[in-house]
Amino acid sequence: MGSGLAFSIAAIDDGRALGTMPWRLIEGRSRVSDETMATAPDQVAAGMSDLLAAVAQTGDRQAFAQLFQHYAPRLKTYMRKLGTEDAVAEELAQDVMLTVWRKAGSFDRDRANAGTWIFAIARNLRIDMLRRERRPEIDQDDLDLVVDPAPRADDVLATGQSERRVRAAMGALPAEQAEVVTLSFYEDTPHAEIAARLKIPLGTVKSRLRLAMKRIRASLGDTES
Amino acid sequence: MSASFHPSDELLVAYGAGSLDEAAALLVATHLALCPACRTEIGRIEALGGAILEDLAPADLSVDALAAVLARLDSPAPPSPRRPTARASGLPRPLRDYVPDGLDALPWKRLATGIEQAVLVRGRSCRARLLRIGAGIVVPEHGHGGMELTLVLQGGFADCGKGFARGDVAMADEQVVHSPMADGGETCVCLAVTDGPLKLTGLVGLLVNPFLDL
Repeated sequence: MGSGLAFSIAAIDDGRALGTMPWRLIEGRSRVSDETMATAPDQVAAGMSDLLAAVAQTGDRQAFAQLFQHYAPRLKTYMRKLGTEDAVAEELAQDVMLTVWRKAGSFDRDRANAGTWIFAIARNLRIDMLRRERRPEIDQDDLDLVVDPAPRADDVLATGQSERRVRAAMGALPAEQAEVVTLSFYEDTPHAEIAARLKIPLGTVKSRLRLAMKRIRASLGDTES
Repeated sequence: MSASFHPSDELLVAYGAGSLDEAAALLVATHLALCPACRTEIGRIEALGGAILEDLAPADLSVDALAAVLARLDSPAPPSPRRPTARASGLPRPLRDYVPDGLDALPWKRLATGIEQAVLVRGRSCRARLLRIGAGIVVPEHGHGGMELTLVLQGGFADCGKGFARGDVAMADEQVVHSPMADGGETCVCLAVTDGPLKLTGLVGLLVNPFLDL
């Protein structure tokens, strides 16, 4: 995998990203090496962030419709992967998009791209609607928030660049680690269900996850921990 | 000041993915407020979530899905719960949302000499409680039926040869039997999350156990 990692970093330096996403590997698809395909995810991400910014600034319904066409079908798949039945998954996908419209004003593309921001809304809405729980989150304006006196290099990277690197780092993970990371986003009980599904001990799930996060940190040039 | 002991990768990923129980999520989020390094980490984990969402196969929607949502765009949004204005109180958000009137207004219950607790969240599988431990007090030796996470909010304590201060998270599991001691000088306030009942050992445990709401 060492060479895969080196390749992915070289690819990012060229302004391109790898198309080899581990969740594709899980679904049994082959490695995408075609250059135009490889560029697509980042172009899509940037385009979606532009659309979301247009919704935020001018209430652009056309832009919203395009966001809807792209994200609503994926949001429905996300909800279904978390065990939600079809009709409820569709309802939640629609509610997420309505929330995207209402909260667009708080979208800050310096902090996250559109996909990451919409993922967080979907996650929180699901906790709120299906689990009927509160989602404890920090408040960026909180006076008790401890701020980093000396932000590390990774914090000041342009978000688009940093998200490309996260995506490429994930693409370079060994398949068994990528699988555990991906499944972590599709389970409602942390890690015990993944262990049962993969028929591996819970300790193995945790160690693969730890190794995966360590590799991702390393490939982002973070030497801490 | 930054924390020295952090939640494990498993906990951070589960928080970022949204699968943690509310009680454990409250502890992780409160740590995040006190730890810029873990906030960076959560940013990356959410970026993973975003990349995974982007790459999911699109599902079929009903034919009128877009029209249905477009028709709702102008309907008024339900009022969002109002958060009181930000002020420095030593209790960072989101914890302050669970303790709106401050620590002294909580229904504290005495556990043992110098130790009090107030339960904040009874979640699906975990409980979150605040603990107040008098300066220099030793917590009776106990084991755990599951995981125990302890986040220091004020003061500090020593446990198994390590010192924990504000922002630090101590993790213990079934294997750990311990007897943490609060630092001298100041009352130690902690947020503790357990996913199984604590098992108090020794004579003190036998005496105290029946009265505990663990």
